[in-house]
Amino acid sequence: MSMQPASTEIASRTAAIIQELEGLEGPLLPILHGIQEEFGHVPQEALPVIAEALNISRAEVHGVVTFYHDYRSHPAGRHVLKLCQAEACQSMGSDAIAAKLKQLLGIGFHETARDGSVTLEPVYCLGLCACAPSAMLDGEVIGRLNDEKLDEIVTEVRS
Amino acid sequence: MIPRIYIPGDSGALALGAEKVAKAIEKELADRGIEAKIVRNGSRGAYFLEPMVEVATANGRVAYGPVKSSDVKSLFDCGFLTGGYHKRWLGAPDKIPFLAKQTRLTFARCGVTDPLSLDHYKAHGGLKGLQNAVAMAPADVVSQVTESGLRGRGGAGFPTGIKWKTVLDTTADRKYIVCNADEGDSGTFADRMIMEGDPFVLIEGMAIAGIATGATKGFIYIRSEYPHAVAMMQKAVEIARKAGVLGVNVLGSPNAFDMEVRVGAGAYVCGEETSLLDSLEGKRGQVRAKPPLPAHKGLFGKPTVINNVISLASVPVIMDKGAAFYKDFGMGRSRGTIPIQIAGNVKYPGLYEAAFGMTLGEIVDDIGGGTATGRPVKAVQVGGPLGAYFPRALFDTPFDYEAFAAKDGLIGHAGIVVFDDTADMLKQARFAMEFCSIESCGKCTPCRIGSTRGVEVLDRLARNIEPEKQIALVTDLCNTMKFGSLCALGGFTPYPVMSALNHFPDDFRPTPVAEAAE
Repeated sequence: MSMQPASTEIASRTAAIIQELEGLEGPLLPILHGIQEEFGHVPQEALPVIAEALNISRAEVHGVVTFYHDYRSHPAGRHVLKLCQAEACQSMGSDAIAAKLKQLLGIGFHETARDGSVTLEPVYCLGLCACAPSAMLDGEVIGRLNDEKLDEIVTEVRS
Repeated sequence: MIPRIYIPGDSGALALGAEKVAKAIEKELADRGIEAKIVRNGSRGAYFLEPMVEVATANGRVAYGPVKSSDVKSLFDCGFLTGGYHKRWLGAPDKIPFLAKQTRLTFARCGVTDPLSLDHYKAHGGLKGLQNAVAMAPADVVSQVTESGLRGRGGAGFPTGIKWKTVLDTTADRKYIVCNADEGDSGTFADRMIMEGDPFVLIEGMAIAGIATGATKGFIYIRSEYPHAVAMMQKAVEIARKAGVLGVNVLGSPNAFDMEVRVGAGAYVCGEETSLLDSLEGKRGQVRAKPPLPAHKGLFGKPTVINNVISLASVPVIMDKGAAFYKDFGMGRSRGTIPIQIAGNVKYPGLYEAAFGMTLGEIVDDIGGGTATGRPVKAVQVGGPLGAYFPRALFDTPFDYEAFAAKDGLIGHAGIVVFDDTADMLKQARFAMEFCSIESCGKCTPCRIGSTRGVEVLDRLARNIEPEKQIALVTDLCNTMKFGSLCALGGFTPYPVMSALNHFPDDFRPTPVAEAAE
């Protein structure tokens, strides 16, 4: 089980990230990326620290965090599997791939397996449309998905 | 001479196992005690041959593909380092028919050179355009781009030179060049390929744009779904800065230009130029009303050129070989070349750069070779999730901005997704509405609410509830979205929906479920 850091610790680590990036023009997205990389999600406790440092309201920070699909409010599983569900992959049977994968992992989209092994997410295009259907596992790209590759993925996330 | 082996580091090649092949080749070299240099090049775009490994021989490059890691041992046994024959042997890469017939201007170096070698870049004609630009008056650079006929390759097709002229003519203490690398359209991967395979051409294009308009700062906004492209661009910008291609004196001239790579956060709508600007500023990626145009009040309220990756990457060749050279390719008001991306259910998927004017049928049947499944082609979606579905009856449409508009379609970012006869066009129309509802920025009502209602109406149609009424309703709804939305997301979602409905009416009249009477 992962230990949740205390809110004071979150605040100080957040402040360090902000200090490094606040000189950028339009620093909010880079800061949020930095925070998500640090904590695996964007903790609520980080928001007032950002608002204070950038002299914007907490509501504005909240508005930005919730607008973008990438920022998580809770930590993801140990592995993150993104399965492309856009048209090029649809034309090569991504619907069936998704159904099979959900069944194999026992979870739906936007869900994390109970053992914390994997989070499954839909993604709308990985730019791998010439090797559809495609997926991304922890940042590594996989093309021409088939049953065999799905089994490999499932074995990997469970190991 | 140490043998040189090229193994693509392009995401598409990696997705097909290029990394495993590279590891296997490294191991085999070590086991056999052979010294060789491995270059991780970009992809040439023939994805049906990836991973395509090439070796430099005394008689030029020899390609092998698609190579599996299990082929590596036998490749060495067959003497592939000197171009020896093997079942994966393809011969000279530029003689492979898919590649030989292309007109590679923008993608001339992609897959050929080491993406991070500035020397390689220069040896293959790189930086000549920028060298010419720094020696010219800004207005002359702009007029070259205008005369070339280059139009925005992101989809809107707006003349690039006109955009630049507006920024040049607007006085301000600071101006920006923003590269839109938020390539979110399904079926498109040209931006990704160029960033991974020839990043310096984009940097050069942006620097030329800066010099032409008086902008000193550039941003490349890359979508987060492209981690490899992000890493490659960051490395390339660093190298370019060290070499003086970027900085206070671009190529030793008095012009200053530098740039930063920024990463998106998974919002499709940020590919729309004004929402991209808001996102860069650190706001919700919501669409701005125009006017003011970004060219007048863009990033942080300053005059801004915002161009797609391919538009900017096409500028160096124009500045190197001249406007007339580039303009000579193409048809009508669509000048130059366009990197067509053939994707989805197709036998020979890949990137095909050619002059405008080929017909859709030539692209899908002759170059793409029909479907991968071997079934008949039912529909092709051109231009991403907001592009129209074209039936075979429209395959004589030439690839040209105006010709596609005349058939109620768009070429968009030139991605083509092929579907076989198992495709259910009602389902595709529903997806278009669903995608719009997921990705809507929420600012305008036709897009935010219309897309959700659209899904509901099409769901009722699928259940055969008063079908004629639903068809009338969805048609009316599409009309509202088309004319009432603030940007292309809500405004163009009707293209896939209405084209599916008009060209494939049978799919929208589901037969009543009769088998229940058992």
